[in-house]
Amino acid sequence: MSSSTVSVGRTLTLSVNDKTYETTVESRTTLADCLRNQLGLTGTHLGCEHGVCGACTVLIDGRTARGCLMLAAQAEGCAITTVEGLSPTGELQPLQQAFWDCHGLQCGFCTPGILLTLTELMRDDPQADEKAVRLALSGHLCRCTGYQNIVAAALSAVEQLRETS
Amino acid sequence: MNELTSRHVGKRVRRVEDPALLRGAGRFVGDIEPPGTLHAAFVRSPYAHALINAIDVAAAAEMPGVIAVLTAVDLAKVLTTLRMPLGFPTTTLPPDITPFVLTPEEVCYVGEAVAMVLATSRYTAEDGAGAVLVDYEPLPVLADCRDALVAGSPKVRREAVDNVLCQFKVGYGDCEGVLATAPHVFKERLHQHRGGAHPIEGRGVVASFDRQEGTLSVWSSTQMAHELQFTVAEMLGIQEQSVRVVAPDVGGGFGAKFLVYPEEIAIAAASRLHGCTVKWIEDRAEHFVSAIQERDQHWDVEIGVDDDGMILGVRGRMIHDQGAYTPQGINCAYNAATAVTGPYVVPNYELDVYVAQTNKVFTIPVRGAGYPEGTFVMERLLDRVARELQIDRALLRTRNLIPADQMPYVKPLKNRAGHPITLDSGDYLACQSKVLEVIDYAGFAARKALAREQGRHIGIGLAHGIKGTGRGPFESASVKIAPSGRITVSTGAMAMGQGLETALAQIAAEALGASIESIDVVSGDTAAISMGIGGFASRQTITAGSSVLLAARAVSDKALKVASQMLEVAASDLVLRDGKVEVQGIPEMSVPLGKIARLLRGIPGYDLPDGVGAGLEATIHWEPDAMAYANTFHACEVEVDVETGGVHLLRYVAMQDCGRLVNPLIVEGQIHGGIVHGIGNALFEYMRYDENAQPLSTTFADYLLPTSTEIPPLELLFMESPTTSNPLGVKGVGEVGTLPVTSAIASAVDDALSEYGVRIAAVPIDPVRIVEQIEGRQYR
Repeated sequence: MSSSTVSVGRTLTLSVNDKTYETTVESRTTLADCLRNQLGLTGTHLGCEHGVCGACTVLIDGRTARGCLMLAAQAEGCAITTVEGLSPTGELQPLQQAFWDCHGLQCGFCTPGILLTLTELMRDDPQADEKAVRLALSGHLCRCTGYQNIVAAALSAVEQLRETS
Repeated sequence: MNELTSRHVGKRVRRVEDPALLRGAGRFVGDIEPPGTLHAAFVRSPYAHALINAIDVAAAAEMPGVIAVLTAVDLAKVLTTLRMPLGFPTTTLPPDITPFVLTPEEVCYVGEAVAMVLATSRYTAEDGAGAVLVDYEPLPVLADCRDALVAGSPKVRREAVDNVLCQFKVGYGDCEGVLATAPHVFKERLHQHRGGAHPIEGRGVVASFDRQEGTLSVWSSTQMAHELQFTVAEMLGIQEQSVRVVAPDVGGGFGAKFLVYPEEIAIAAASRLHGCTVKWIEDRAEHFVSAIQERDQHWDVEIGVDDDGMILGVRGRMIHDQGAYTPQGINCAYNAATAVTGPYVVPNYELDVYVAQTNKVFTIPVRGAGYPEGTFVMERLLDRVARELQIDRALLRTRNLIPADQMPYVKPLKNRAGHPITLDSGDYLACQSKVLEVIDYAGFAARKALAREQGRHIGIGLAHGIKGTGRGPFESASVKIAPSGRITVSTGAMAMGQGLETALAQIAAEALGASIESIDVVSGDTAAISMGIGGFASRQTITAGSSVLLAARAVSDKALKVASQMLEVAASDLVLRDGKVEVQGIPEMSVPLGKIARLLRGIPGYDLPDGVGAGLEATIHWEPDAMAYANTFHACEVEVDVETGGVHLLRYVAMQDCGRLVNPLIVEGQIHGGIVHGIGNALFEYMRYDENAQPLSTTFADYLLPTSTEIPPLELLFMESPTTSNPLGVKGVGEVGTLPVTSAIASAVDDALSEYGVRIAAVPIDPVRIVEQIEGRQYR
């Protein structure tokens, strides 16, 4: 072990939820830790830090990515979306509203990552059926809900989107 | 609660907790970080059993950013004792069995903490932990709890008098006599494993000692804030009122957080030592090795029946894996032992229980708390009887179920509080009949035959479960109305994702004729109410709900009396509605609750209204006299791939009788989660150890939680048999869904593979063992 374990800070410019942040982190800092600790965006949660549970899922240029498996430095130049970016005015968006109406969350810890995965799904597959929703959700672990009401919420949001589009 | 018109209770009210959580604006313990916070990382044992010869902290201490490296010697300076207290004190257990805050001389399981590093960031703290050099001298390991009963097996801890922590008998009647003469006796050897709790948020604690005030603030992801407050105060030798514990948003518990952990004391002690804020957020790898598990039980049981399959007696032996220490007691083993007879008439019962210690992390209840294990044993025995005597499985149960007209039914068994187990209400047979109708049990044989023609192997399974819910001794609640008219409900019950705040707000709103929006519920804050027990045993709607109801009624009575004086109208002609007390039928004659609250705050030098005392508030600590027994019946259809042994769930129908439902939306969610937890226990979750008690499944890639694609739509049915054991008529919900799942799925797999004679005797169900049995190989 040497003093090199604390590496020299690295200044990054990150675009998160359409806002530009300048921050200094160690090179090894993960995106999730940077969002939470440097930028104060604590809506992104860490459930396993192994890339399995999906709680830390964010959108990178519109595609889902695990915030715990990506370095903050890798996200420079990308458009990052976190759960805080889903309702910029504070008003719940249809997907969030569907989660509220359908009791699609309990402790709420895994919810932010799930909302981002479903945001991607609804954009890419506006006709998503139950099978597609369950497949998309299979990258997320939820211990509270048994997934049933998450699926119901997602299908309700898809339905609403279809009706309004 | 009969006199209440149901404006709120019984309604599918959307949860008050949700909007913040959906915006990412929840506040979990990991989100709390006052300026100047130091981060802690623990140095944990890589050995299941070893002596600590030396700990060299020099290299770690020199690292930039590392503030301190602490061992047991350092923490002993600020602790009254290095050893955790026994959670449920009893005289029947030997001394010196609880874990250490940091272990001083000997490590007894992989993951046991020997030192902690404080640093300016978590990254640096983890670097520091990696640089602490511990000289271990490995000792022989006790890995299999069955070996604890073998003379001469390696000692689990050097201090242990015996590897068997304790032995006890549960039972009644004359099993020996009855089984000697029973027309049929069948023996089963069963093994079950339940894995871990695994809330998606792990444990975490932030402690902040204020040197000037001499006070300690602790934020912890806990299911027991008041117990943590008490324990921290005791162990740090400070006054209880100098410690405030806050459980912020808690990301699930499931039992893992119903314990005061060594880490919580270590962080509090470190904060006191250094006079600053110290934060520790568990990572998942740590959860796998150092959070509680509820694990192996080995059962050798036999059942005696007559020619009709009527149960004559059940007897056997169970070995329960307690792990390396006993932080809480032996409630898991006791619950499992007393849960076996379940909803059935069992005239004679006898079980020898051995609570065996191993060099693995300690065990306390996970969702279900021993009841799923007891249920599995009885349901497997009944399936065996049905098969041997060629009696339909449902019919066999029908014959042995306790009939509804025998409620309340007193079992000759005692719960751990020493009271007779009294099943208060329920119609088990009606529950069974309804589910079997919905799943078309009668038509299954034809479906199975058709599937078989197509080369598919499908099976149907069924199982009952009952659970005592609403354990005492009490839960606290205070209801207070402010001059602004806002209503605050404070409770010692703990929210951890169940929707507790919504449910309590519904109850208070109902009793006070107020809107849910006018109520704030505060839970998990020791500053909000002086006493509390916490979240476990499917108890909180029963206990805290009853306290809220009674406190709200007391407040309501007070308001009516004062309004009666103010309006000069008899109290019996007044009603509470929309935040006001109004004259029945004359809504314009009213007085706002806030105005009454202002009056009862007192005005210096002036009298209070007559006969009510100060404050528009009341605090109640409702004490249950008896548990409320919730019951459930599940049936499922599965398909088994005979090539791979893979089990696929096709259909799942579950009936619950949880008494009166305060909020059906929330109850359904609780049951969904409970069932899927059981599906994990039945098919996926296995915490593997090697022969040296080295854990092998320490990521979610190795230890499988159920995911969305494995779960069929769950079909829920409800019966509401109100209980008289509490003023709300409710029964517990949180664990009930989990109870019969392993049994129902095992039953279905047996049925699907009946032509091969496959019998499931262990959970989680191992596909390899299924294939071995299909191929006629020896069942291991």
